[in-house]
Amino acid sequence: MAVTDAPKIITTRFDQADGHTLAGYERTGGYAALRAALGRTPAEVLDEVKAANIQGRGGAGFPAGTKWGFLPADVHPRYLVVNGDESEPGTYKDRLLMERDPHQLIEGVLLASYAVDAKQAFIYVRGEMAVAQERLATALNEAYAAGLVGRDIAGSGWSMDVILHWGAGAYIVGEETALIESLEGRRGMPRLKPPFFPAVKGLYMQPTIVNNVETLANIPWIVTNGGAAFAALGTEESAGMRLFALSGHVRNPGVYEVEMGKTTFRDLIEAPVYGGGIRNGGTLKAFIPGGASAPWFFEEHLDLPLSKATVDKAGSMLGSGAVVVMDDTTDAVKACARVVRFFAHESCGKCTPCREGTTWLHQILQRILAGDGRPSDLELLMDVSDNISPGITWPPKQTTICPLGPSAVSPIASALRRFRPEFEAYIAGGRHAAAVPVEVGARG
Amino acid sequence: MARLSPENEVLARQIIGRYPRSRSALIPLLHVAQEQDGWVTDEAMGHIGELLGLSSAEVLGTCSFYEMFKREPVGTYLVNVCTNISCQLLGGEELLEHVEERLGVKAGATTADGMFTVEDVECIAACTEAPCLQVNYRYFHRITHAAFDTLVDDLRAGRRSDEIPTHGTTTRVRQHVPADRWAGVGADGLAPEVR
Repeated sequence: MAVTDAPKIITTRFDQADGHTLAGYERTGGYAALRAALGRTPAEVLDEVKAANIQGRGGAGFPAGTKWGFLPADVHPRYLVVNGDESEPGTYKDRLLMERDPHQLIEGVLLASYAVDAKQAFIYVRGEMAVAQERLATALNEAYAAGLVGRDIAGSGWSMDVILHWGAGAYIVGEETALIESLEGRRGMPRLKPPFFPAVKGLYMQPTIVNNVETLANIPWIVTNGGAAFAALGTEESAGMRLFALSGHVRNPGVYEVEMGKTTFRDLIEAPVYGGGIRNGGTLKAFIPGGASAPWFFEEHLDLPLSKATVDKAGSMLGSGAVVVMDDTTDAVKACARVVRFFAHESCGKCTPCREGTTWLHQILQRILAGDGRPSDLELLMDVSDNISPGITWPPKQTTICPLGPSAVSPIASALRRFRPEFEAYIAGGRHAAAVPVEVGARG
Repeated sequence: MARLSPENEVLARQIIGRYPRSRSALIPLLHVAQEQDGWVTDEAMGHIGELLGLSSAEVLGTCSFYEMFKREPVGTYLVNVCTNISCQLLGGEELLEHVEERLGVKAGATTADGMFTVEDVECIAACTEAPCLQVNYRYFHRITHAAFDTLVDDLRAGRRSDEIPTHGTTTRVRQHVPADRWAGVGADGLAPEVR
């Protein structure tokens, strides 16, 4: 395992002052992939993406080429929807891609639409990302004016529209069926799958592909250099380069584009070109490997490679590429409670186990932090967790339509199993240490 | 104040025309209303319902789901302090305390002069730049307490108004699709002139 010198793919314009403009983009090879693809068949473009074996960069990690292949033949209209609703705690990369290289995303959208024969695409940007919206609006206006989007693209006779859409604040909309509901002008509540698999019954009940921003940003490079060149990076199981947002207690927090499969968590956290190690010469207490929904990892996991299969097998996930590092000064109870607060706040309310369960988990943790914890609270936390996600296993079983509820169980299972004495100390030192335990459902 | 202005109604019809089904324009139109008045009024929601053929209940149902839509007036500047995990680890909660102390209001409240509303928010995707906050959805990365104090002084003195629009305006650039460039192949049943 090592820090590799693989070429950057999607961050090459991050330091280019005019990288977000059409002129700056075209000067550095932009829209060459589109022009080349328009001389090939859609099936050839699709085959390149399949050959690239690129896993979706949003969280679930499903291969994009396979997903594109799920669209039923001859059912039209069909849509491409770009998920730019980045909001998983710890995750910061799609916003950068939209702000610093919006044309790269637009070119990826055009190539994907060409490959799957979609005639309309929607870029759904998180509502709170004002600058990303401005950069994308400007880039789309430039691209329409230059004949690169809209009618008769680049003189090829092929036409399609790309519409910029933006949200208004709701984490759940990052879930693809909730995003579709939101794009239809409704409350962002997930749909049941089956029957509402987007590829079959998506936007307006038509076949729809929902792809993450980072996934699509890779497509121009893949089309230019070939799927095989992409697949040659990383490992057979986890191909290509990927952005990781490294945050928390490291010397150099940052967003790094690293080679998957070959780079390890230790490389990412400790290498001088990445995290540079724990700040202030401290030691690692825990780290979240893939966003707030992911079970925590510890020192014994540092040498695992950044590979989907390996991390899944070890009991967590690479998720959205968000690595949050906690050093030995971290209060595990506070960290756990903060993540649980997030899920309680963001539960959409559709499914009872999530709506009620996450709220109860949050309330119990708050009373523990406030010094009102009861000795029975730790079992109560696990009991409520078990009702949201039976067995508290990985991958999680769920009693809910989407994974949000089970995500709230991850920090509890991780922190309570590893740092139980810290929870017990809060309870023992609290004002009501000797209080009589209450039954589940009783309000304290 | 209230219903969409004639100019905004024209804008609303342009936005509606880009979607295969008009209801998809609901969230963008609620943003137009919030940009016009600084918050989303009942009258504006009623007007949007008329434009989209939706009942007031349908409009309110969507509007009330989303955190950014304010159904009562808020400050000219909305200060959103992130306290989620990556920021918490690097002083986000202490930053929020400082913001509350400096402005003299708790999260959720507005200063007496109507200038600032403070919110304790979830992750805003600047995790490697913790602690961070947004003012009207413009980012301030790795912000110190002293830098926040300077920012407040600047905003009160009107020195950052070019950089930070008043509450309600998110994007200052809108998508424009020239009629002769619109492909229109994905749309069903909408007249091209409304695009």
